[in-house]
Amino acid sequence: MEMTGAAILMECLKREGVDVLFGYPGGAVLDLYHEMPNHPEIHHVLVRHEQGAAHAADGYARASGKVGVCIATSGPGATNTVTGLATAYADSIPMVLVTGQVHTHLIGNDAFQEVDIVGITRPCTKHNYLVKDLALLPRIVREAFHLARSGRPGPVLVDFPKDLMTQKIEFVWPQEIRMRNYNPTYRPNLNQLRRAADCILQAKRPIILAGGGVISANCSDILRAFINTYQIPVTSTLMGMGAISTKDELFLGMLGMHGTYAANKAISDTDLIVAIGARFDDRVTGRLDTFAKNAKIVHIDVDPTSIRKNVHVDVPVVGNCLPALQELNEVLTARLEANPMDIPSERKEWLDKLMLWKKTHPLCYNAKKEDLRPQQVLEAVAKIIPNDYIITTEVGQHQMWAAQFLEYKEPRTLITSGGLGTMGYGLPAAIGAQFAYPNKKVICVAGDGSIQMNSQELMTAVANKLPIKILILNNGYLGMVRQWQEFFYEKNYSHTDMLAQPDFVKLAEAYGAQGYRIKTEEDLATILPEALLSPHTAVIDVAVEREENVYPMVPAGAALGDMLLV
Amino acid sequence: MRRVLSILVENEPGVLSRVAGLFSGRGFNIESLNVAPTLEEGVSLMTVTTYGDEQIVEQIVKQLRKVVSVIKVVDFKDHSHVDREMMLMKVNAEETKREEILRIVDIFRCKVVDVSVNEFTIEATGTHDKLQAIVSLLMRFGIKEIARTGTVAMKRAMQFEQ
Repeated sequence: MEMTGAAILMECLKREGVDVLFGYPGGAVLDLYHEMPNHPEIHHVLVRHEQGAAHAADGYARASGKVGVCIATSGPGATNTVTGLATAYADSIPMVLVTGQVHTHLIGNDAFQEVDIVGITRPCTKHNYLVKDLALLPRIVREAFHLARSGRPGPVLVDFPKDLMTQKIEFVWPQEIRMRNYNPTYRPNLNQLRRAADCILQAKRPIILAGGGVISANCSDILRAFINTYQIPVTSTLMGMGAISTKDELFLGMLGMHGTYAANKAISDTDLIVAIGARFDDRVTGRLDTFAKNAKIVHIDVDPTSIRKNVHVDVPVVGNCLPALQELNEVLTARLEANPMDIPSERKEWLDKLMLWKKTHPLCYNAKKEDLRPQQVLEAVAKIIPNDYIITTEVGQHQMWAAQFLEYKEPRTLITSGGLGTMGYGLPAAIGAQFAYPNKKVICVAGDGSIQMNSQELMTAVANKLPIKILILNNGYLGMVRQWQEFFYEKNYSHTDMLAQPDFVKLAEAYGAQGYRIKTEEDLATILPEALLSPHTAVIDVAVEREENVYPMVPAGAALGDMLLV
Repeated sequence: MRRVLSILVENEPGVLSRVAGLFSGRGFNIESLNVAPTLEEGVSLMTVTTYGDEQIVEQIVKQLRKVVSVIKVVDFKDHSHVDREMMLMKVNAEETKREEILRIVDIFRCKVVDVSVNEFTIEATGTHDKLQAIVSLLMRFGIKEIARTGTVAMKRAMQFEQ
């Protein structure tokens, strides 16, 4: 049957299993929007800014594990998504963005709302396409989804010229996709696994570093069983939070710049790091020449470029974390059957030491009477909603506190921009997450600075009746920058004071959301539960101590062991 | 260390910028770059010379393999190979110097491909080092123009243990 390009695109999205897409109309995508009412099975969410669409699709992808999809028009619509693409690229999030493009014959002529978005997004997408021949569209869409979700996931952009949207052509759905130039390694090399197993059996003080790869490979259960069997303590990157329950006895807390004392000390002391789906970012390693000096490193990652990029690796294992862990377990089981070993007693000394560190140096803060501490607010949140929440964050101090002081018992419950550190991410991501899980409590932990970067998406939340809670830890500063100014720039608080800010309660009300204000411990006890349990979109503006700092802190470029503590 | 890589790519618009952009975006060095179609339709071969230590070149190769449009990457360090560059240059050649220039051309097995009253245009092929030698020998006569290709390289048919 002959179909228009616009209808073909919608049909392709449907066949790829898309049920929700986030977008914003405009000249070059008018034909797609004209076609949309014919596809009620795909729910379109109208955002208020294209950056919001990209982050919402990203949040949807992180929460659901499916590919997030968004649409923007050509020119400024497309460029507005670039931050969203870069955010998803940095954190390996599967996403497909369809942008409109000017008429094929106008491309290159500086036409109205024309930009070379394929050129612009080349370094911040896994791959991108400009559709030049409508007959290729179904294959391109299939490849785009395949690329987005396989291997190391990432965002893919499809740039679709307007004239092709109205052109008619026979629709042919490619039954399979073959890309001779793209074959990511899924199963690991057995020889490397054997070497990894030797390392694990010989190690006296092993530790597992779990990263975002554990979550994207959906292998948390396997990892949990693995650490219990072999009694290996776990630390995680920010992206790996939730891979192992933060309540688990073997979990040491987050590693790195704002990691726990136990985790950072353990890395300095360990003789074997088994990194699983983590890429040794500079925020995780601190000073490289002192990082894990006494340790061998086994590095399991689906992306070969992550291996030996920043740190020396003794045993590289390229493959998806799920089969890698399963098969590593099989190798270890066989070894232990041949040569039984009393693992708990082997590990006892090491684990005792770590448990002591955990106990003597927990995450803490100085509670005072006069002002609310941001950490205390988060602890109150965790008490009111003990289960089944999804936290999204903006970027800054509140993000670190959210990682430290809330509990994450399941994967995909902390949704945060780790690699790129994108302010303005949390609110649109919360919208995406709520669409993925309409019945879960979604809370965006925000700062007063970053919430202002995409606050227009409050309208999207209200218009879609999403019961999202936006918890602003309001200190009237760009807190993380201020903290750096305090420590490293002689307290020169140059342009970080944000007391010139809107009345967030009134702002919420202007959008039709509920606004709550919390200033005291009493408010925390009375207002916070009501606000969090409200069935409506609500903004909770909490005035907190202005100059509270995030601890522990490893100064940039310092060794992990050199932490500033409370 | 100087390294020669050959990169087989899908010949599609933008593929050059994907490869070149990878080098610039990640701070890798590119000394020369040569691109031409192969016998297979839709497939081009790029030959890149780059330099960097072992770890950097390993990253370059891995990053190139990750580019979706890239089909295959060969690092010639691992193989016995031949590599060649080609060069055209216009050299001052007045009456009294002609004999000597022609002798040099002969020694290096170059060719004079164009001649005028005062100039020779010389075609030379050879390794990077050989061309450097020719350039430095002819420099004193005055080289008016020079055009060089990047390196192209090919594995030798017979590979011996290195």
